[in-house]
Parts: sequence; C-alpha cells; structure tokens
Amino acid sequence: MSRVEVRKTHKLYIGGAFPRSESGRTYEAVDAKGRFLANMAKASRKDGRDAVLAARKAFGGWSTRTPYNRGQILYRIAEVMEGRRDQLTTQLREAEGLSPKRTEAVVDAAVDRVVWYAGWADKYAQVLGNANPVSGPFFNLSSPEPTGVVAIVAPQGGGAGPRAADGQGPLLGLVSTVLPAITTGNTVVVVASEAHPIPAVTLAEIMATSDLPSGVVNLLTGSSAEIAPWLATHSDVNGLDLTGVDDPELARTLESDGAENLKRVRRPSDEDWLREPTLSRLEQWVETKTVWHPIGV
Amino acid sequence: MASATQSLRRTLEGLPGVDAVGVEARAAGLGTRSIKTTSKQWAIDLAISMVDLTTLEGADTPGKVRALSSKALRPDPTDSTCPPVAAVCVYPDMVSTVREVVGDRLHVAAVATAFPSGRAALDVKLADTQDAVEAGADEVDMVIDRGAFLRGDYTRVHDEIVAVKEACGDAHLKVILETGELQTYDNVRRASWLAMDAGADFIKTSTGKIQPAATLPVTLVMLEAVRDYRIATGRQVGVKPAGGIRTSKDAIKYLVTINETCGDDWLSPDWFRFGASSLLNDLLLQRQKMITGHYSGPDYVTLD
Amino acid sequence: MAFEYAPAPESRAIVDLKSSYGLFIDGEFVDGTGTPFKSISPASEEVLAEVSEASEADVTKAVQAARRAFEKVWGPMPGRERAKYLYRIARIIAERSRELAVLESLDNGKPIKESRDVDIPLVSQWFFYYAGWADKLGYAGRGPDPQPLGVAGQVIPWNFPLMMLAWKIAPALAAGNTVVLKPAETTPLTALLFAEICQQADLPPGVVNIVTGAGATGQALVEHPDVDKVAFTGSTAVGRQIARSVAGTDKKLTLELGGKAANIVFADAPLDQAVEGIVGGIFFNQGHVCCAGSRLLVQESVYDEVLERLKRRMGTLRLGDPLDKNTDIGAINSAEQLARIRELSDVGDAEGAERWSAPCEIPDHGFWFAPTIFTGVTQAHRIAREEIFGPVLSVLTFRTPAEAVEKANNTPYGLSAGVWTEKGSRILSMAEQLRAGVVWANTFNKFDPTSPFGGYKESGYGREGGRHGLASYLKEHA
Repeated sequence: MSRVEVRKTHKLYIGGAFPRSESGRTYEAVDAKGRFLANMAKASRKDGRDAVLAARKAFGGWSTRTPYNRGQILYRIAEVMEGRRDQLTTQLREAEGLSPKRTEAVVDAAVDRVVWYAGWADKYAQVLGNANPVSGPFFNLSSPEPTGVVAIVAPQGGGAGPRAADGQGPLLGLVSTVLPAITTGNTVVVVASEAHPIPAVTLAEIMATSDLPSGVVNLLTGSSAEIAPWLATHSDVNGLDLTGVDDPELARTLESDGAENLKRVRRPSDEDWLREPTLSRLEQWVETKTVWHPIGV
Repeated sequence: MASATQSLRRTLEGLPGVDAVGVEARAAGLGTRSIKTTSKQWAIDLAISMVDLTTLEGADTPGKVRALSSKALRPDPTDSTCPPVAAVCVYPDMVSTVREVVGDRLHVAAVATAFPSGRAALDVKLADTQDAVEAGADEVDMVIDRGAFLRGDYTRVHDEIVAVKEACGDAHLKVILETGELQTYDNVRRASWLAMDAGADFIKTSTGKIQPAATLPVTLVMLEAVRDYRIATGRQVGVKPAGGIRTSKDAIKYLVTINETCGDDWLSPDWFRFGASSLLNDLLLQRQKMITGHYSGPDYVTLD
Repeated sequence: MAFEYAPAPESRAIVDLKSSYGLFIDGEFVDGTGTPFKSISPASEEVLAEVSEASEADVTKAVQAARRAFEKVWGPMPGRERAKYLYRIARIIAERSRELAVLESLDNGKPIKESRDVDIPLVSQWFFYYAGWADKLGYAGRGPDPQPLGVAGQVIPWNFPLMMLAWKIAPALAAGNTVVLKPAETTPLTALLFAEICQQADLPPGVVNIVTGAGATGQALVEHPDVDKVAFTGSTAVGRQIARSVAGTDKKLTLELGGKAANIVFADAPLDQAVEGIVGGIFFNQGHVCCAGSRLLVQESVYDEVLERLKRRMGTLRLGDPLDKNTDIGAINSAEQLARIRELSDVGDAEGAERWSAPCEIPDHGFWFAPTIFTGVTQAHRIAREEIFGPVLSVLTFRTPAEAVEKANNTPYGLSAGVWTEKGSRILSMAEQLRAGVVWANTFNKFDPTSPFGGYKESGYGREGGRHGLASYLKEHA
C-alpha cells in the first residue's frame, strides 16, 4: 500500500506565528490551468489589524538593530531560500505555468534580489545621508530613518497585469517590494498575490526560520481589494505601497484614504522585476532626519 | 584637605555648562538693540561714570599719572555737566600720586598680587596688596593664579583670594579672572563662582595684557553668574570688563546686556565698571555730538 | 532712571507701495478676474494695498504660461544658463533686502529684526545655493541625466512669506521646472515684489507666475490637470485635502505641514542657553512657526529653576511696532489667527492649566498676543496636542530620558524637536529616538539652504533644502 501524502495547510504569517484567518474563511488557490492546488487562508480586516499590531510591536526592535545585523539576517533569508530553491521553483511553476528554465531564472533572481538588498543594509545611509555645510558654527547631519509600518499590496501575477506572463509577481515581485522596506528598518504587512499565494507562504516560512524577528514581515493571503482598504485607513500605518493594485479606481481610493494620516504612498506600477533595481524603493520608505548641534568649546 | 578640594571641584564642575555658540548668539542679539536720543545721552553719562580710567605701563611716571587723574575728575573741561569717572586704576607705586590729585572725590584702584601674571609667592602678593592699601588705594584689582586654576587646584586659587581679601581690609577687592587664558566659557563661569565664594566684591575679566581681553559674551557669562549668585546667597557682586572696549557703541552694548541680564540693580558704578583708557574719549566725543548735534573730532577732547 | 529704549523705527520710505496689484502671469502684471481683496498691516489694521484674486480661468492662464515656458525656454535651457538667472535673482534680493524686509514686516507683522536678519538673508542665500545646483543635476542622486517634472503648482503660508517662496521656487527652477505660486491671502505683497525682481532679472516670461487669492485659488492650482508637481506648506488639514485631491493622478506631491514639537531640557543642560532656546523656540515670529518648540518638557529636578529663568527672560521681551528695531514680538498675522490663539488659550484655562503672560503693553490697534506660558500641562490637555501657531508655550515635566522620548513622540506630528543636555552620548541617543525630521540639540529654530527640512507622520512628507530638496523636483530614476 502506497504512503498517503501529508497535505499542507497554508496559513497566514502574523507576529512570527502561522494562524488561520480569525474569520475561519479559506479560498482556493489554483494552478495556471485552473486546477485546484490548495486551500488558502482568506484574511479578514481583523487579521489585517492584528498584522499591523504585530508590525508596530516589532518596529522598535528591528529599526534599532545595527545595520550590519539587519544585513546578516536578510542575507540569511537568501541562504534559506537557496536551500529551498527546488520547492520555490516547483510552486512557482505550478502557479504560473512557466517553462522550467524561465521559472528557475525568476527564482534565482528572487534569491539574488534578497542578497542585493541585504548588502544595502549598512550602506544606504551613506548614499542617502549627508553632512550639510551650513553657514554657521553647527554640526549638521542628515540621515535616513525608517518610516514605520508599511503596508504593501504585492504584485499579483497570475491573471493580472501585462507582466503576468513573466511569472515574476508572486515571488520576485514580492521580495522586490518587501525587502527594500525591511532593509531600512521598517516593518511590513504585505498582502500576497491573491491568485498565486503559495510561493509567498513558503517565503514566510523561510523568513520564520531565518532569524528575522517576529512581526517584521507579516503576510496575508486573500483578497487585496477586501483587506487593503482597512490598511489604507489604519492610523498606525505610515506607508502604503500600492504596487500590486491593478484596479486604478481602487488605487485612487486607497491613496485618498491614506491621506487621512498623511501616509507615504507609492502608486501602482508594473515593473520588469528582472531588471536591477534602483534606490527608489529604499528611498521610498525612509524619512530624512536632520540633526543640528553647535560647534564650540 | 583632599576631600575639601574634591568637594570644591564637584561644586564648580557641577555648575550648568555654557554653550559657546548659544552665548555668543545671545550676546550678538543684545548688541543689535538700538538706543536713541535721551536714553543714549543717559547711557553715555552712565558709562562715563563707570569708567576705571587706567594706565598700567612700565613707562608710567608721576607726571603722566597726575594728568590722567585730572582728566578723571573733569573728563570734559569745557562742560561742567559731564560726570567724573568712577576711579583711577594704576600700579601700587602710583597710588599716592593719584590720591594727591583726586583726594576723596574718586576711588583709587591698584592692581596688585604680582600683576599681570600673578606668578609670585603668596607673601609677596600680600605685601603688594598691603602696600597699595597703605598708599591709599580703596580698591584692589588682584589676579588669580590661572596656572593653579587650569590644573584643577581650585583650593589654592580660593585660599589665595581669601588671603588677599583679608589683606585688603576695607578696600574693595576686584578679582581678575584673565578670561583670555581660561579660554572656555565653562571656565569663566567656574572661576566667577570660585571668586565670589572666596569673597570677591567684583569679578573682572582681564588684565588688559592678554588677548582676547573683555568680550561681550564673556561679560554676559559673568553677569549671569553674579545674578545667579545673588539669587543663591543674597550677596551682590559687581562686574568689571576690562580691555578692548574702545567705543561708545560697545559700551552701550554692555549696558544693554546688564539691563537685560541682571536688571537695574547693576546699572551703577557701584556694581559695574569699565576698565578702559581710550573708551573715555570716544564717550566724550559722542557726548559732544549729542549736545551740539554735529560730529566732534579728536582735537576737541583732551589727550590724557 | 531705568534704562529705556526709545523707539527706533525702520523707515517705511524705502518701500514704494502701489495702491493695487495684479497677478503676475507670463512675465506681465495683469488684472485678475476674481474679486479683489485687501492686504492689511496686522500691526495697525491699515489697508496696504488691494490685490487681484485669481479665478480658475486666471490659474489656467498661469499654468499654460508655465507650460509654454517649460517646453520652449526653461526646460531646454542648459543648466549653467538657468543658474545665471538664479544668481541674478539672489543678488537683486540682497541689494533690495532692506526694502523686502520692511515690506515683509509691514504685511506680515513680524519684527524687522527677524525679517532683516533672518528671513531676507535666507531668501537670498536660498537662491544662491540652488543656483549652483542648476548645472550639477547629475549629482543630485537621480541618475546621470535627471529630468525636471514640468510645471510645479506651489502654495505657501503667511508665516514666512518670502522665505517660503524661496524654499519653493529656487529648487524648482534650478531643476528646470517652471512654477505657478500662490502666496497666502494675508501676505501677498513680497511675492509680488519678487515678481518685479524676476522682471528686473530678465527671467524669461512664464518661468515664474504668481497668482494671488485665497483657498479657492489654491485649490484651482493644485487640482489643475496640467500641473505635474504640487508643493504645499501649511496646515495639516489642508495638506490632507491636497493629498486626497492628487490621489490617482501622476502628480508628485510634497507637503510641509503642522507640528507640536517637544523642546526637552535635561537637568544638566546649559541652562541660560536653554532658556534662550525655549524663548526663541516658541516666541520667534510670534510662534507662527510650524516647527516651533511649543511643548516644553523639563526634567523635574530643574523645573523651578528653569521656570524662574524663563519668566525673567520673558519679562525682557519687547512687544510692539514690527518696524521698531528693538521689537522682539510683533503682531499676530490676522484677526482670524488671533481668535484661534485666544480660543485655544481659553481651552487651556478651562482644562485647568495655569496661565502666565509676560507683562507687556498691548497696542490699541492691530492684533496682538502677549508671550504666554501654561504650566501644569499634561499630554491629555488640548494645548499639548493641538498646534496653536502662536506665542503660547505648554510646559510639561518628565523624570527620565525614556519618559521624555515617550512624551515627545506621543503626537501625530513629527516635524521637529529640541534637546538640551551637556552629555554628548545622551544627545545622540535622544536624537536617534525622537521621531521628527529636524532635531535641534542645544540650539533651536535654525535653518539653512543646505540642510534638509521636513516632517515625519502628519507633519508631511518630502524635504526642502539641500540635495534632498532638489531631488523633490526631479523625476525618479529612469
């Protein structure tokens, strides 16, 4: 008699734990041909609220770690991803229906992207900061500091957006939006690709085993159209990344809602994630702090 | 003894710090006050009455000192409404010459204690002091031992001031901090408190022999010290900036600074003096300008 | 006799005020089609001039002029040539600085010593600094050949009229954008004098356009579909509306909004300088400063001493004629603002805080409010949470550095903060923990064109000044 497979229950990732949605709801993730892959937790607004709480709780510790330490932890994520490369490749191929070669290229790029950002952790402050030559006896230094809690609607992949066929969204798009935010010390609530969330859940498991402190990244699966409005109006969210919002009207509403507490908003974009990134996303989630002090004996 | 030294050091080093940029900005701000018309006339006469007219040269002679003393009594011989200065300030050996001219009408100040360096044994400094007082000085301007201060031997500085104060008898003691050698505003504040605690009647910025001499920010720090000292102890101490104050405009900045730092109580020759020589003539020129309405020239004030 | 300062008024004769002013569009002064309004002197309530109101149609004309100038002249012009125009402007401002200072004090009510020694010198310096950037944009951190955004719609407040204009226009022009700027309705006059300076500098028509008016004019400008960039300085409430209105468009947005800064005094502070910093922090420009140190946090062990020194120092502040060189505290900018300050102060009384005002004589005409402190204030008081934008200081206490940080950060704002202590490591630790865009340690209210300025949280986003301020007017990396 052949062995019965142990099937996996895919859950949310909040505050370092893997809960089901408090709503008890699930939805079906399907492959590129529409065949059932798994039941996914369908996050509710309360899961969103819990995720924001967890992100806020993690912010103080994460933002004050040394940049070197943050870089090491991010690099550790890449190491663990590399070890689970086959799993990620399989999941992505099932989800997106790409050729094996193409899929591997995307997974490799995702791992490399994490390495790229890991290396930035102890460098961006030198590039984005300045010693300012003020006209007076003052030491004057500007340095970038994390914005706070950033809510991200990750690239969707699957049926949406012109880049969808590239199969980049569910994994490469996800790391390309989440990593820049956490590199600079922000904590994140991210809504994964709705149609193809399984690689995102695997990434969450990788993060959970990579020394990344609980709550730095919180990952929700489900409907971004349902959850994002609660994040956009949440007063304890400081930044809103709408990269993966494909509906312009929803994007407008979310940006407008974010204005209530002056969230920093990054508007939707459809990028070729295989291209080497610029500093744009690192700069997006930092606040420049300028410190003055007199110079005198 | 060691514990007394430590305790004194802790007291002085525990005083609030002075931020150099902040105090200089405040002094510069006070310097922008604009004084006009009647206030200016009043301020110039007040400044004249606060001058310690000074000559401290190796080349001083009785003749030179007599001339200066006459000028101190009647700064503007053409105008009897011009007030006299506060005092004449000389080396001890010239004190009797000054007294002969001014009698009891002015104070006579003598620099003592191995002025200006202060590098002599204590008994020599005390003898210098007694000499000046016996010759008729009713004010003694002593120098502190800056070397001792800078190496942290505050007790030595303190005890020396106490001893000189005793040697002064009834004469008022002005303690010269020589702020140009102390260099930092923190040191100026500490030395001010040290001198006041030791019994100084006045604290004075400089000998005039070291640059920089008096500056407005240094004087501001000292004015804050005497203000705070009176709040803390009830005893009022005077302030004397000396050296480098040459124009009426500068003098008025000092008066404004007194006014806004300590208030009226210090706006009197009993509590504030200018140690100066050339300042007096500029004050006289300005005074003539205010009275006549036109600019005067150096030929119209006396040279002594 | 006590020492008294006779009045020392700066002469008004240097300013040649016209009875009415038009809009400045495409290099010419033109009449607006809205309803003209009057700009008054807040110190005397006299009418200074009548000013055109720009209607929506006028705003469109201004935006069209800016677009033409951007496409035909200013955008294609080499940076080194743009630079020379900006240098010219900087120089003319310096030459006409006394005239600008007097007019600024007349229209705004701020003391001449501030307009003369702070505002106008900074305005000239701002243009000089950004002039030098115009041919060096490849070093601005936006790639080797960064491109301007296009037409910038800029709306500025009344507290530093000409300085805010410089903060907006100088970097925009250096980066190759053209601008339509709306000054505040109560303080339009120096912006119109600046328009004359643009003519004097032979700046090509349409590069700078000034439209005057109130909120509706500003709204028409920021909502104009052909504006590529919106820059606003003002209240958080209006900033929020603007952020909503640009949602879903391609417009870039920077906002410099309100604040409720904590000024934290530790027991080991240089107390006399700290008192100066407290006074300068809240009474500079009558407290009409978004980054004002309006919440004083004093360590309990020096509370009595600091309060005593503060009150004594406040007693020497001179309130009165803004044109008098000895005036420290000028007029409140408008009747409306005065009413707001009074209302919030009354709330302070009603909530049980203790009010103390410096003894000063209030002139018969104009809008005035004596420098005031409230003691016994807690974080729960409205006067500790809401921006008063006037010469009113709320005094709170703390026991430990952690408590100071917690209270300082306990606000939706995050523009600035002050720290006073002689301990270096504590300064750096506090500076790191305070969630504010500018931290002044052992100083306060310092500004410089090389130094980025702007807020966290509800104090807005984007930075003005320095390389950062320039980058806000350039396109993202290609």
